[in-house]
Amino acid sequence: MTKSPRTSGTTIAAHAVLITYTIIALFPVFVILINSFKTRKAIFRDPLALPNAESFSLIGYETVFKQGDFFLYFQNSMIVTVVSLTLILLFGSMAAFALAEYRFKGNTLMGLYLALGIMIPIRIGTVAILEMMVSTGLVNTLTALILVYTAQGLPLAVFILSEFMKGVSDDLKNAGRIDGLSEYKIFFRLVLPLVRPAMATVAVFNMIPIWNDLWFPLILAPAEEVKTLTLGSQVFIGQFVTDWNAVLSALSMAILPVMVLYVIFSKQLIRGITSGAVK
Amino acid sequence: MANSKGKVRWHIAVFLAPAVLVYTAVMIYPLFNTLRLSLFTEIDQARVWVGLDNFRTLFGNAIWSDQFWNALGNNAWFFLIHMLVQNPIGVALAAILSSPKLRFSAFYRSAIFIPTILSFVIVGFAWKLILSPIWGIAPGMLDAIGLKFLYQPWLGKEEYALTTLSLVSVWQYVGIPMMLIYAALLSIPDEILEAGECDGITSMSAFWKIKLPLILPSIGIISILTFVANFNAFDLIYAAQGALAGPDFSTDILGTFMYRTFFGFQLQLGDPHMGSAIASAMFGIILVGVCIYLFGIQRRLRSYQF
Repeated sequence: MTKSPRTSGTTIAAHAVLITYTIIALFPVFVILINSFKTRKAIFRDPLALPNAESFSLIGYETVFKQGDFFLYFQNSMIVTVVSLTLILLFGSMAAFALAEYRFKGNTLMGLYLALGIMIPIRIGTVAILEMMVSTGLVNTLTALILVYTAQGLPLAVFILSEFMKGVSDDLKNAGRIDGLSEYKIFFRLVLPLVRPAMATVAVFNMIPIWNDLWFPLILAPAEEVKTLTLGSQVFIGQFVTDWNAVLSALSMAILPVMVLYVIFSKQLIRGITSGAVK
Repeated sequence: MANSKGKVRWHIAVFLAPAVLVYTAVMIYPLFNTLRLSLFTEIDQARVWVGLDNFRTLFGNAIWSDQFWNALGNNAWFFLIHMLVQNPIGVALAAILSSPKLRFSAFYRSAIFIPTILSFVIVGFAWKLILSPIWGIAPGMLDAIGLKFLYQPWLGKEEYALTTLSLVSVWQYVGIPMMLIYAALLSIPDEILEAGECDGITSMSAFWKIKLPLILPSIGIISILTFVANFNAFDLIYAAQGALAGPDFSTDILGTFMYRTFFGFQLQLGDPHMGSAIASAMFGIILVGVCIYLFGIQRRLRSYQF
């Protein structure tokens, strides 16, 4: 250390605080994961010990695979998340382009109308949403969830993307127009590739809330064949409350996919938040 | 603009249509339809207009109003704890993380953000297990530092359950204020801090006198985001305590109250119209909060553009 004693003291204190908080943040996840690999006896005898040759057991995971249809739940969550994100990005970027590119009557009003949904949670309208889904026969389908999540994600997507699209150079678009490209081609060929970073930010922001939502799956799609992973693990754990091995394994199984997504996308997510996309 | 006036520019409509249609049909229309449904009730399987009767029941009938005020009070406490614990911790962590030349800061940031990406179901059950007197992790750890007498079955006691769950929620969401404040702190130009240093303002006092006033707008945004999220929260309470928000409704908040009313539980039948009335009340509360923020707070906070 070449720094003065005072600075290195501050640095050590900073690391101490951060390490302490990191432990607080990770401890519960760690405890769940290690205990999911232990025998029932070991879970209770020494909950903080790592599994060893004697205490290692996969009995919890066996129960989970036998009793719960986690692959189906995972598949459902995957379909809902991927399709909703695609629709949010496609519809959101189209509307954002219209708002950012063209001057027309009602432009500002339309922008405000679409922005309303940023602050007002869609859950308030649940009673009427359920009624609508029942009357259109969409209840207990993944379509119902996809529609709700698309509507929920659009306001922020339009807001962020139109801010970005205002920054795309006019010369480029006008050059395209002179070359005879239609407005659609200008959007899909010239503008969309340029706002890809903003699209990634929007995707990452929406991905986690959609994947983790419990409210709408519980209300709109509680049937076994359309359960999402979040609802599926909630119901499974509720039924197996006393089977600690199964509960811990189910929790670990539910943690795994989000952690994988996080490891893949964390750079994008953190860059998105810190780049001031949500000002 | 490429097109001359007078020609209908259909492409604008085509670009706007999908988003506007989905958003209007699935979000805005049901929102107002829910407000409308709160003015009806069901008699003999027919929908009957009753005006404000549902609200009179909700606020006037002791069976309902007690539950409503209980849920609202709990919700206010839930929000207060977030404001008093989550935001200061978030600001403190961000301030430490943003200090220049700190090593491993990317690692700390990613690790501290992990709870935020987990679902309420995972978080609720994980903490329920950890705090459980049966498993004994919490009492065991307190015992290790000689504080075992402090241990209580926190989630099972009426007087502690709500505060405990609020703190669990704080634990989960501290990552968001941390990230937003961190971003705001990084955007403060070095010249300003250097100018402060020339005037003898360094480290701690630089934080209080220069950085904190500059990040107030971000703290404002975080507060309103927290407010909206807290007043329609549901998942954590439902995952940890069930729809009855036990013990004895001590953790009942507006979201769980609405869910119970709408869907029914045990002996009570679900009532979509009373559910709509509660949803309308929630809508009103959120609207008031957002308006206070937009017109009362945001305008007084000066935003600085660098």
